Amino acid sequence: MILQVLLTFSVLSLVAIGGANAVLPEMHRQLVELHGWLDDATFSQLYALAQAAPGPNILVASVMGWRIAGAGGMAAATFGMLVPAAVLAWFVAGLMHRLRGAPWLKPAQGGLVPVAIGLILAAGITMAEAAHSHGVMPLIVVAISTLVVWRTDFSPLWVLAGGGVLGAVFLS
Amino acid sequence: MSDAPPPTVVPGRSALFMGYLKIGLFGFGGVAAWARRVIVEERHWLTERDYAEVLGLGQVLPGPNVGNAAVMIGRRFHGLAGALLATGGLYCAPFIILVMLCLFYDRYGQLPAVAPVMAGIAAGAAGMVIGTAFKMTGKLKLRPEAVAILLLATLGAAWLGLPLPVIVLILAPVSIALSLWRAGLLGGVPAR
Repeated sequence: MILQVLLTFSVLSLVAIGGANAVLPEMHRQLVELHGWLDDATFSQLYALAQAAPGPNILVASVMGWRIAGAGGMAAATFGMLVPAAVLAWFVAGLMHRLRGAPWLKPAQGGLVPVAIGLILAAGITMAEAAHSHGVMPLIVVAISTLVVWRTDFSPLWVLAGGGVLGAVFLS
Repeated sequence: MSDAPPPTVVPGRSALFMGYLKIGLFGFGGVAAWARRVIVEERHWLTERDYAEVLGLGQVLPGPNVGNAAVMIGRRFHGLAGALLATGGLYCAPFIILVMLCLFYDRYGQLPAVAPVMAGIAAGAAGMVIGTAFKMTGKLKLRPEAVAILLLATLGAAWLGLPLPVIVLILAPVSIALSLWRAGLLGGVPAR
């Protein structure tokens, strides 16, 4: 069982171009439809649980693994999800280092920059849409937070804390 | 704000770990925003452009972009030890918090009653992520065609809901070709 969890998440790790949100549909297909390890409702609940923790949301895999097979499943899912992609990144970094003299390398890498920023912006917009489900007040927080982070060098901790306080006051 | 980038510094091993620990711990909702904040603005490990390039590469590889960037940045400064320290620092605090949440959930069958606070924080995080994208775009002084690619990626992901791998596979080659053409590497007359 643990081995199967490890294998399943290792495969997911290598198809996760775009990170956790990109791999979520395939994760659902594997865990719910193919293996029947989780049902639909549990899958959604666990996703919400993972969102409540800070850090890269790829750790949603850890929560799924824990639910499927306890602590061992959690370890296997986390290892499977993180390690193959990290090993690939390691070797690509080595390749880049070897090619560093090539005149086309910097411009080629520069070509990936707008794609990455565009997807970060898209993630922010998707998060803002989700926040909008709580009404208009969160959208004001989004707008203020955008301006503060964009136009000033204040720590984003302030906007997160401010958002949390406003949420406690107005949303409960 | 001055436009001259401050000189970059090479972090020691423990500084590398502590920096990534902060990124993981504070990274509610938008870990990419915190990674840029710590690495570029606070600690000056990389310039804006260097960081954007590492992140771009991390984006097209499978796995989380910030996680891939941690491996590559750690390796650049301290080889295998650096990659392990950066990755370990990034995931260790969120993982511990997640274990505690799981235990809580197991015991009480629901999440702690912090939903309103979390909704407010999530709204703040959304703005933080959007603001970071704007900030990077401004500081990198992207060419018009790069801005077009950026907007297409946003449009495809946020409004059309296209799968991210599809967006990356279509836009990355086009964007790389445009960038090479700008650098005068594809023939033709590049605008200088």
